[in-house]
Amino acid sequence: MTWIFENWERFWEVTEVHLRLSVVPVLIGFVLSIPLGWWANRSQTTRAVLFPLANVLFTIPSIALIVITPVLLGVKILDEINVIVPLVVYTVALMLRSVADALAAVPGNVIAAANAMGFRPLRRFLTVDFPLALPVTIAGLRVATVSNISMVSVGALVGLGGYGQLFTEGYQTDNTPKVLAGLIGTVVLAVLADGLLLLIGRLLTPWARAGR
Amino acid sequence: MPGYAERVKVVGIYIQGGPIGVVVATGGIRRVIEFRAVTKRFEDGTIAVDELDLTVEAGTITVFVGPSGCGKTTSLRMVNRMIDPTSGTILVDGKDVLTVDPPTLRRGIGYVIQQAGLFPHRTVLDNIATVPLLSGWDKRKARTRAAELLEIVGLDANFGKRYPAQLSGGQQQRVGVARALAADPPVLLMDEPFSAVDPVVREDLQNELLRLQAELDKTIVFVTHDIDEALKLGERVAVFQTGGHLAQYARPTELLAAPANDFVASFVGRDRGYRTLTFLHADVPVHPIDTAKLGERITVTDWTLVVDEENRPKGWLSGVDGEVEVREQDLISGGSLYDGTTLRGALDAALSSPSALGVVVDGAGAVTGVVQAGDVIQALAKARAAGEVPK
Ligand SMILES: Nc1ncnc2c1ncn2[C@@H]1O[C@H](COP(=O)(O)OP(=O)(O)O)[C@@H](O)[C@H]1O
Ligand SMILES: [Mg+2]
Repeated sequence: MTWIFENWERFWEVTEVHLRLSVVPVLIGFVLSIPLGWWANRSQTTRAVLFPLANVLFTIPSIALIVITPVLLGVKILDEINVIVPLVVYTVALMLRSVADALAAVPGNVIAAANAMGFRPLRRFLTVDFPLALPVTIAGLRVATVSNISMVSVGALVGLGGYGQLFTEGYQTDNTPKVLAGLIGTVVLAVLADGLLLLIGRLLTPWARAGR
Repeated sequence: MPGYAERVKVVGIYIQGGPIGVVVATGGIRRVIEFRAVTKRFEDGTIAVDELDLTVEAGTITVFVGPSGCGKTTSLRMVNRMIDPTSGTILVDGKDVLTVDPPTLRRGIGYVIQQAGLFPHRTVLDNIATVPLLSGWDKRKARTRAAELLEIVGLDANFGKRYPAQLSGGQQQRVGVARALAADPPVLLMDEPFSAVDPVVREDLQNELLRLQAELDKTIVFVTHDIDEALKLGERVAVFQTGGHLAQYARPTELLAAPANDFVASFVGRDRGYRTLTFLHADVPVHPIDTAKLGERITVTDWTLVVDEENRPKGWLSGVDGEVEVREQDLISGGSLYDGTTLRGALDAALSSPSALGVVVDGAGAVTGVVQAGDVIQALAKARAAGEVPK
């Protein structure tokens, strides 16, 4: 802890990087997974292709993906894209399933009622299906966010990665407080982000707790 | 009678445009629905509806009844194009539904779905306001209209802010009806709307629907598998037979008196003679009856009817000699009450009463007299002799 107070500026700087490297991919991945999840829920074929693909992507170790991305994309080694792209891939792989499952769980008679009342497809998706899928989707988003926050540290291997840099530097210089500072930062960030999403979820879905 | 007639009754609610491009300023439109040689064959080869020819008269409740899987839902859903027919034509007010874009068509046709299908994430008021909002009403007007409907279907205003999960099954079903009525569509499709609620609530909802229809004068197609419900609600009843055939389309009395085939005869049931009584007006004399109130001292001679302060029946007193005080614990509870309309009601009241005297009540539930079982049975014999009751 004392390391954090003594090196406040440095700590704050890596926190910012860490936050950016984890939040940006979550947002992009989340936005991408909505149409993909919708598509997977609509068509059996799409589902049969996307789900196994998502599973395979998820099993690739994050180190491998982060190291290989610059080669694949042809960008500079130190570019933040190298961390963001793999994390977007993970987020989509995870969220795709959440969104598709959440949409599949929307009750059939509610959908039939919406159709019978004359909703057009896009409006129905935005005002009926998606809002009803929110509780499950947000649960998936929380998992994706927390796992992203922990995975960003791996980026330190390619010279990026927020708190991960404190790990590598601390390890190389035998500076345990510095390693601990990175650890504490990661955990606190994860807990805060998770709590924030939980709160947002509750505010967005007051009906979900309106039981009998 | 094709075309439409101006609605004469005004129910104190304002009306938005009709569905198929017709804008109505005042009064609704009465629409006829025609099925012409309509067949639906699903991809897997199932023939759900087979050459259906049927005309739903404007301003009536027409019931589609039949065992499960006989094509009732499919027939209903072809009216608002949730399903399109394989062949044949469906006309609403003379216009082929296939020429209208489904969302536009549907906004002009109310649909009450099985188990209500309310939006769990929207308050009751917002649920009801759905179609007006889809049709482009401004928010305030839609809200006001929704609040009116809440009242029309008999729910307290404070239900408006609740979510559907906070309502009982029967209340949800009322909201479902309110939601279907919100944009005042001339046509209402109802698919087993009351099947999922308990019998007591179901009866309430049925009576409510009849009351509403007397005011609203819609063209209603009501689907059920329950023949009692069909006979109670339907001005015309279409009996569907397995395989999507229309077995008979007739008024309830005719269905009971002259079933078209064995299937209809067995479906309407063996006690159809008894059911027919529901549709016969009772010409039974009402006799006066001595009544007493709790706490009074009376001399019991024969059967004495005990009533409350509002003159509503509480039970019978009998078998005590001389002067006694009327006490609650001595009462013999009575049978069903008779509202002076149908022969079935008279018979039920007379036969279920411990005194063999059926209690006759007025609209407020106050005693007006009694009918004697003997008179009721005589009236029954007369009806039978006149051929009004099947054997
Ligand atoms: N989408 C569908 N695909 C194939 N068969 C269907 C489909 N919908 C209904 N059916 C079949 O069509 C028949 C009529 O169904 P339905 O109209 O729902 O009957 P009901 O409402 O009278 O119970 C049934 O045999 C049912 O299994
Ligand atoms: Mg059905």
